[in-house]
Amino acid sequence: MRRISKLALATAALLVAGAVALMAEGRNITVKGSDTMVILGQRWAEVFMSKNPGLTIQVTGGGSGTGIAALINGTTDICEASRPMKDAEKADVKAKRGKDVLELPVAVDGLAVYVNEANPLTELTLAQMKSIYTGAVKNWKDVGGKDQKIILYSRENNSGTYVYFKEHVLENADYYPTAQTLPGTAAVINAVAQDPRGIGYGGIAYGKGIKHLNVKKDANSPAVAPTMENVLAAKYPISRYLYWYIAGQPQGDVRKLVDWVYSKEGQEIVEKVGYYPLNDTDRSTFYARVAGAPGKATVTPVKKKS
Amino acid sequence: MQPGVSPLDKRMSTLARPITASEATDIRHRRILDTIIEKLIYASALVSITIIFLIFLFVGKEALPVFTSATVHQEVTVQKMIFPQNYGSPEAPVHYMWQPVSQVPKYSLMPLLLGTLKVTLIAMLFATPLSVLAAIYCTEFAPRWVREIVKPSIELLAGIPSVVLGFFALIVLASWIQRIFDFDYRLNAVNAGIALGLAVIPVMFTIMEDALTAVPRKQRDAARALGASPWQTAWQVVLPSALPGVLAGFILGFGRAMGETMIVLMASGNAAITSWSFTESVRTISATIAAELAEVVFGSPHYHVLFFLGTLLFAITFILNWLGTRIVNRLRRQLSGAVV
Repeated sequence: MRRISKLALATAALLVAGAVALMAEGRNITVKGSDTMVILGQRWAEVFMSKNPGLTIQVTGGGSGTGIAALINGTTDICEASRPMKDAEKADVKAKRGKDVLELPVAVDGLAVYVNEANPLTELTLAQMKSIYTGAVKNWKDVGGKDQKIILYSRENNSGTYVYFKEHVLENADYYPTAQTLPGTAAVINAVAQDPRGIGYGGIAYGKGIKHLNVKKDANSPAVAPTMENVLAAKYPISRYLYWYIAGQPQGDVRKLVDWVYSKEGQEIVEKVGYYPLNDTDRSTFYARVAGAPGKATVTPVKKKS
Repeated sequence: MQPGVSPLDKRMSTLARPITASEATDIRHRRILDTIIEKLIYASALVSITIIFLIFLFVGKEALPVFTSATVHQEVTVQKMIFPQNYGSPEAPVHYMWQPVSQVPKYSLMPLLLGTLKVTLIAMLFATPLSVLAAIYCTEFAPRWVREIVKPSIELLAGIPSVVLGFFALIVLASWIQRIFDFDYRLNAVNAGIALGLAVIPVMFTIMEDALTAVPRKQRDAARALGASPWQTAWQVVLPSALPGVLAGFILGFGRAMGETMIVLMASGNAAITSWSFTESVRTISATIAAELAEVVFGSPHYHVLFFLGTLLFAITFILNWLGTRIVNRLRRQLSGAVV
């Protein structure tokens, strides 16, 4: 008994010490939103925190919708979103927080369309993808594949990926009801890997048992593979920006973080995590939205601040 | 103690004398303590009821705009949720659709209700016979040492987190079912139903086993003395007289199956299809709430509809439980009149 109570006492003391330490530091940034971006956000946070001792950055996922709701309610400093914020949502931030939303594209992501590796098909046009996902085409042979049924895999309806695919590939038509909605790119890849008749979409990620389809903008354009060069050169038809949203102009530590994310070093991390950095034109255009930031193509790297 | 004087007589005789003053205060103290404890128990019962009531109030309050708010009605009304809609485009030939994130949001409840029903049905079809037979085996036939292994093992199933069961169904069970039956959809109602059944079995088994054990020994002895075989005794004597308890287990299991979220979320494929086919993917009410509530815009029509779904689920399980208790009580009264 005595040993247990000692242990409990020690734990309690540790907890209290931890809490006190946390409160004493007090410099805290919260980042919340898109599940697609959560790993990117965490990598940024880790490196930035190691450069700025005493600063804590909390990165959580939950989905773009969650992040936007948190920004509206003022429970997060930075909202990560894999889709652009709607005007109504921006108006909500303005109404509740009294500040304009600052929209900062911070990276580029390409959406890939996957099929099982046993599927002989190698390419699809955007129009074919639309007819597959809206249920107009139900058999692979109608798009040049084997004579077998198409099984649709999709994402949960509030994920940025779902919305992006719906807007840019389905042109706002509804998904066919038989589309199975799965949580996360990993789940979609796993499902397609197990299902020779399946088709799925999600971030450009590699997994065993699946292959990426090359995408044609229309029947006459060339089929483009989802590679880094193609996405950066804006040749690949289904790529999107990943955003940070801030209420008002960033101040203090948040400002330093934003500056750093747009620096060469910050953008290199994007590539390491598996997304695509902004090209130089984009980077200077978007960074210029931050008040007082240089609007030239050359971005001054942020010096280490103590 | 004198021979012939029973312990009871002795106690009676000590009671028969006048109570001393110290004993009187002792008794008074004990009475006060009793009252305090009684009040405490009463209070804790009250607290749990109040909490349930407050939860219901909160969920109901958030669901209310579905009926009253004009902004919500621009997107969705109760009528639109129940009756078939003509969405008027060749791309949406289906009359019941759940697509809340859309140019024209579609909130038909039919695919979700049907999905919940289908999965629950399969879960109960799978779990009920197994639980009843396992309970009968454990109480009537199993030797003591077998029972002491089987019973805790089944109850251990209840300790498996539902997310683990869901993951098992998603990765392993779905592949087995696919290999055996070759359904079009790998994740389907059968897969989710069986996984759900695994979660329901311990609930049902525990209650049914208790009910069977509670049947008096005498009844079994009487049946055996009249020449009934062990199986006849179990099936025709013990099971009928334990029926209220067995039914109670069934109803609780049903409620659990309807409300269970994680397993169906992972194992059912979550496609909101309106059909009676058990081999297609299904989307249940609980999984819809779990998947969408985390990301919905706070205060939007979609948000209120999800709370409406919650209220609906709550109401359905509540009514089922209430009906179940009534049936069980009536049966118990009838049986206690017939037996003895």
